[in-house]
Amino acid sequence: MTKKNIESRKPLPKKTRDLISSTLLTGMTWGILVLFLLPMAFGVVTALKTESQASEIGAPWYPASKAAYEYEGKDYDMYLVPMDGEMKEMALIQTGRQESQFIDPDNPEAGLITWEGSWRTLERSWEFDPQWSNFRSAWETVNFPRLLWNTIKYAGITTIGAVFSSALVAYGFARFSFPGKNIFFMLMLSTVILPGAVTLIPTYFVYLQLGWVGTWLPLMVPAFFSWGTNVFLIRQFIMTIPVDLDEAAMIDGASPLRIFFSIILPQSVPALTAVSLFHFFWAWNDFFNPLIYLTGNADKYPITVGLTAFNRLYSQQSNLIQASALITAIIPVIIFFFAQRIFMQGVVITGVEK
Amino acid sequence: MTVAEFGKAVKNLKGKRAPLTKKQKREARWGFFFLSPWMIGFLLFYLLPMIASFAFSLTKFNPAVPDETVYIGFTNWIRAIFNDKEVLLSFTRTIHFAAISLPVGLIFALFLAILLNSENVIGKTVYRTLFYMPSMIPLVATVLIWNGVLNEHTGWINILIERFTGITAVGNDGLRWLADPQLVYFAYTMFGLWGVGNAMIIFLAAVQGVPTELYEAAQIDGASWFRRLFSVTLPLITPVIFYQLVLSVIGSLQYFLAPFVLNQGTGFPEGKTRFYMVYFYKQSFSFFNMGYGATLAWLMFIVALIITVILFGTAKYWVYYATEEK
Repeated sequence: MTKKNIESRKPLPKKTRDLISSTLLTGMTWGILVLFLLPMAFGVVTALKTESQASEIGAPWYPASKAAYEYEGKDYDMYLVPMDGEMKEMALIQTGRQESQFIDPDNPEAGLITWEGSWRTLERSWEFDPQWSNFRSAWETVNFPRLLWNTIKYAGITTIGAVFSSALVAYGFARFSFPGKNIFFMLMLSTVILPGAVTLIPTYFVYLQLGWVGTWLPLMVPAFFSWGTNVFLIRQFIMTIPVDLDEAAMIDGASPLRIFFSIILPQSVPALTAVSLFHFFWAWNDFFNPLIYLTGNADKYPITVGLTAFNRLYSQQSNLIQASALITAIIPVIIFFFAQRIFMQGVVITGVEK
Repeated sequence: MTVAEFGKAVKNLKGKRAPLTKKQKREARWGFFFLSPWMIGFLLFYLLPMIASFAFSLTKFNPAVPDETVYIGFTNWIRAIFNDKEVLLSFTRTIHFAAISLPVGLIFALFLAILLNSENVIGKTVYRTLFYMPSMIPLVATVLIWNGVLNEHTGWINILIERFTGITAVGNDGLRWLADPQLVYFAYTMFGLWGVGNAMIIFLAAVQGVPTELYEAAQIDGASWFRRLFSVTLPLITPVIFYQLVLSVIGSLQYFLAPFVLNQGTGFPEGKTRFYMVYFYKQSFSFFNMGYGATLAWLMFIVALIITVILFGTAKYWVYYATEEK
């Protein structure tokens, strides 16, 4: 609408028009972004509150605790007292039915001030008081060190397995011709969209028979047999490496395995990094597989399942829940900020070229 | 994998090949060698389990007492399709939720991509990073954070709605996002918005890939911004939209995490969040009715296959391919 209005008023020079639409569009983007990230701000604010603040009526939106004032060696509660037409923060020293005695913290020398009215109608005064220790209690209650270690182990080992095996398969698809290659390639891509449930029950049963349920093995072993999306991404990349290099090495008598290790792998580092990051965070976020195979073995839980169990036990303590959710969120977010270019390029390759 | 490539691959299947020479045989052997991890994995983790899953669906089977497994023919299938109302109900819920969350998610991603492609937005790369960032947060944490912000008493969403519109949103009579059966799908849709990053980046790359000559030509013809969007940009990126659509449809059939984290699969409120995958999990891993669970899994597979085939069938009417050969 705005655009039409602007266009109909021809006299406006192009520069002005650009300025107006820049302001409008940038402003709109800002607005959406603020709404979009609002829950995160809520999480931070809630994580810094005391446990009781959430249930207090009249508590401010920011992390705060009830103000107190020390007078003659004792702590007194602070109230908002209407005095001379304005609200004054004062400490309640002596309560009474008809009138109460207060002290003005700004001017304690003035002595006790008498205020007429029922002190019960007064509102408490709050002061900004973030509870940073909530993060420490969440860290300790959830046992984050153990969850993190488990998650890093799961994500790390499966990433190594999945990326290495996928690189081998990708090399096979990219450089060799053999009968049935297209069918195999299609089959491989179709496994990406195959609903996992359809293979789950027999595999679960086999793992149960092997005594693997309750261990890491069902989560880790399949990763070593390549992974559809990874293969696709690495294959696309290998296809861009000039074949001349392979051929020159071949003439020198290098075997395909040798070529793979000394030419293809070093040349594909960008793709391998992207795939590693993807797989690492896929495993980091994986919930369903650990839930199926590790339920009941709390000491092996990765972060996702551990956090869910914690939420079930402590759902009333919203400050600790938010603190632990933020701790869980922060590590992937930090890594993302450092590696975002690699990440986004990888997303584009998998998404656009398929 | 485009539709065109798919067609090409099928065409290639038909042609008869000449017998391989010695050199070609050697090459093929190496090819199979490098493919072997995938081939073994495909056999062990996909093909055999799928067949076994079907076999399990014909039995009454509890993994705790495997010796008591009995062959019962198609009893499970008859139960799932005709007698167990929860199967159809949970499937309907899944579709109902997908009908809300899928369009919202795709349109939001597309909207952001077009917005962040505009030359009039200053600081695009920063916004791109910030809009992508929540996609990195583990979904469990996302669900817990949103669960807090949507809380009817203390969540900011209701407080803001009440402050700006005057509608009673806070409290027991307000908007109980996660407890009101009318609202819960919208709440779950909001969780999904934080995962917009991938689709946004993919759409953005696709939009940037549209040749500028086309825009220039359209502009000379006097096409407005909206006309250019609907007649140039969107038709040209339909292949990417199509791919995202297929992935999200299959993904939403398997929607599981949010209801499980928030209510352990009780379906709260009023069974509204007992989606198909939740029901499958309950039958298989809470009640250990694994024969029946295998049936439910196979049914899901068949439904996913039918939906995929239908989507690919509609592709020729709306998905644009400039040339058949790449």
